[in-house]
Amino acid sequence: MAADELSNSRSDVTFLRPTRGLAALNLRDLWVYRELVLFMTWRDILVRYKQTVLGAAWAVIQPVVQMVVFTLIFSNAAGLSSEGVPYPIFNFAALLPWGLFSKAMNDAGRSLVTNRNMITKIYFPRLTIPVASVLAGLLDFAISFVVFIVIILYYNFSPNSTYIYKITPALLTFPLFIILALIATLGVSLWLSAMNVIYRDVGHILPFLTQMWFFLTPIVYSASQVSNKWQIMYALNPLTGVVEGFRWCLLGIHGLPWQVSAISSGVAVLLLITGLVYFRNMERTFADEI
Amino acid sequence: MNDIAIRVEDLGKLYRIGTAPERYKTLRDSIVGVVNAPIKRLRRGFSPAPARTESNTIWALRNISFEVHQGQVLGIVGRNGAGKSTLLKILSRVTEPTEGSAEIHGRVGSLLEVGTGFHPELTGRENIYLNGAILGMKRLEIDRKFDEIVAFSEVEQFIDTPVKRYSSGMYLRLAFAVAAHLEPEILVVDEVLAVGDAEFQRKCMGKMSDVAQAGRTILFVSHNMSAVMRLTEETIVLDKGHMVYRAPTPQAVDYYMAAGFTGAGERIWTSAEIHAEAAPFTPIALRLRDRNGRVADTLRSIEPFTIEIEYNLDQSITGLRVGIYLLTMRGEYVFTSFDLDDPTQFEQLGVRPVGHYISRCTIPANTLNEGRYVLAVNASSFRIKRYFWDDHSLAFTMDATGAPGKQWPEPRMGAVRPALEWVIDRL
Repeated sequence: MAADELSNSRSDVTFLRPTRGLAALNLRDLWVYRELVLFMTWRDILVRYKQTVLGAAWAVIQPVVQMVVFTLIFSNAAGLSSEGVPYPIFNFAALLPWGLFSKAMNDAGRSLVTNRNMITKIYFPRLTIPVASVLAGLLDFAISFVVFIVIILYYNFSPNSTYIYKITPALLTFPLFIILALIATLGVSLWLSAMNVIYRDVGHILPFLTQMWFFLTPIVYSASQVSNKWQIMYALNPLTGVVEGFRWCLLGIHGLPWQVSAISSGVAVLLLITGLVYFRNMERTFADEI
Repeated sequence: MNDIAIRVEDLGKLYRIGTAPERYKTLRDSIVGVVNAPIKRLRRGFSPAPARTESNTIWALRNISFEVHQGQVLGIVGRNGAGKSTLLKILSRVTEPTEGSAEIHGRVGSLLEVGTGFHPELTGRENIYLNGAILGMKRLEIDRKFDEIVAFSEVEQFIDTPVKRYSSGMYLRLAFAVAAHLEPEILVVDEVLAVGDAEFQRKCMGKMSDVAQAGRTILFVSHNMSAVMRLTEETIVLDKGHMVYRAPTPQAVDYYMAAGFTGAGERIWTSAEIHAEAAPFTPIALRLRDRNGRVADTLRSIEPFTIEIEYNLDQSITGLRVGIYLLTMRGEYVFTSFDLDDPTQFEQLGVRPVGHYISRCTIPANTLNEGRYVLAVNASSFRIKRYFWDDHSLAFTMDATGAPGKQWPEPRMGAVRPALEWVIDRL
């Protein structure tokens, strides 16, 4: 046996046998295949706007049109408060993480099924597929962020504007909230993508899951409008914490609601961990079930 | 010496086939099915391994044990559904075994299907990188081999064109080029040589020989017996999920080509052998009849004989053609023929109605040389669907007694033995 190991010292030995019980998370696999994650992300980005007339301009048009529509309906018509910030800015700060989340949830949720021919033909860590879908959303996020800066500059410097943008130390925590957004997004995406392999119902649920989630998140309205006794329940939506965090650090309005943020972050992390465990356990049968 | 590359012990794979009998046939069934489906799913629960009963499962592979030494080229042959692809999928980690274990020493590269992961919108260059990464290559490795890959694929001019604009030949060459430049310790190859033109196939075979000569281990699955004979020294024969034979390739190929034909001159398909996808086409039997109409396994070369395919159609099929392929024992095609080859008949039978049929053809006297031959059956609608395909339906023997040239007791080269009219002019 020792000689056996010696003669093969150069190459890895893989043991294939049925796994029983909970599968190991084995995130090292994902690290070994990190280049593949990048390639798949790059593919998803390249492919997204191929053969469109406007190309990457869509990443600008979509959120801007959304913001204009929401401003007309919810601010002008319904008269919702925006905590002293011009409504478009108030709304756009929430659309930043929401765009990342909703797009990734829809893309990643379907990603395994879309890539079924790869899954049934070759081995590679299946996690790379939904992870790449989520990461690909970061480019759109960055483009939207530039649009956000343009909107703020417009409100600061247009002659009859009364709005002055305040830079606060809270801005330093912005990366933390991006990470929180990614954790929540990835957690939900892992659950949905793995479930979609076995239950194609997920594809049908996604559109109105997205819609309901949208209204359960303080995007067009402010979280302060939710009554106090519901605040804890409300915080169970991880996106509540994300959106509130974005508004707090980007716009410097209201103090950070620590309780809400802590609960939301906890739920996001829990979603990610359970999502990983669920994904890993379903992964064994992906090639047979898909 | 302890130089094992692959060790497989008692490997087995159980598949659920529960979905097949549940296929919807009528609107009423569909509605009932739609109503019941969520309930069934809920009963099954969310567990990844639902309770398995014998009735709705099938062992695609069972009790498979073998070893492959480093540098060995092992052939794997078997009829459709024998478990070859399942075995390769397990060894390349696409799917898990249900029982038993396998030990793999080194990186496995698979050519299960070339071009997997190619994206039609991306250019040739982009796809080389993407596909390389999916196959497990590092970016530096791809950088290093890039020029070589492009040269091998012969698509230099189009390397920055999206592959959706490629011809199928170019696409295939590029895909194979990437896969062929992966340098795994163990290469798993399944039927890649079944596609592409002759020149491309020659090139692929050359590349495979190079890989074999470089001392790497290869598992080679093919229906092409001459390719198996050329590339491999040893071959295992799979049948219905079991390993039935392992021997040096020439013996194994003979065994495979001759095995399993009990009903001499007749092949009757049992329902287990017919894929659910064949519906509404149900093959019943393939028979060989001699000049007197008797079912026979040995036929005389100097007499005509009849090949008949009996089948049922549960629904009418548009554009159906039923036909045969005749192959030598080495797996080389002698000819292909379909029952609607005649243009007039083809016009008349555009839609074949429900019914019980026999398609029959006669092979004229003095067609085939002596030896063993294999018949394959194909029922398909051209470019629409292949309903049924059995690449190894029936083997039979041709006896050349009395055939032209038989006065010289020597074997004749070639699969055909026509009686030609020679004219000898003395000038």
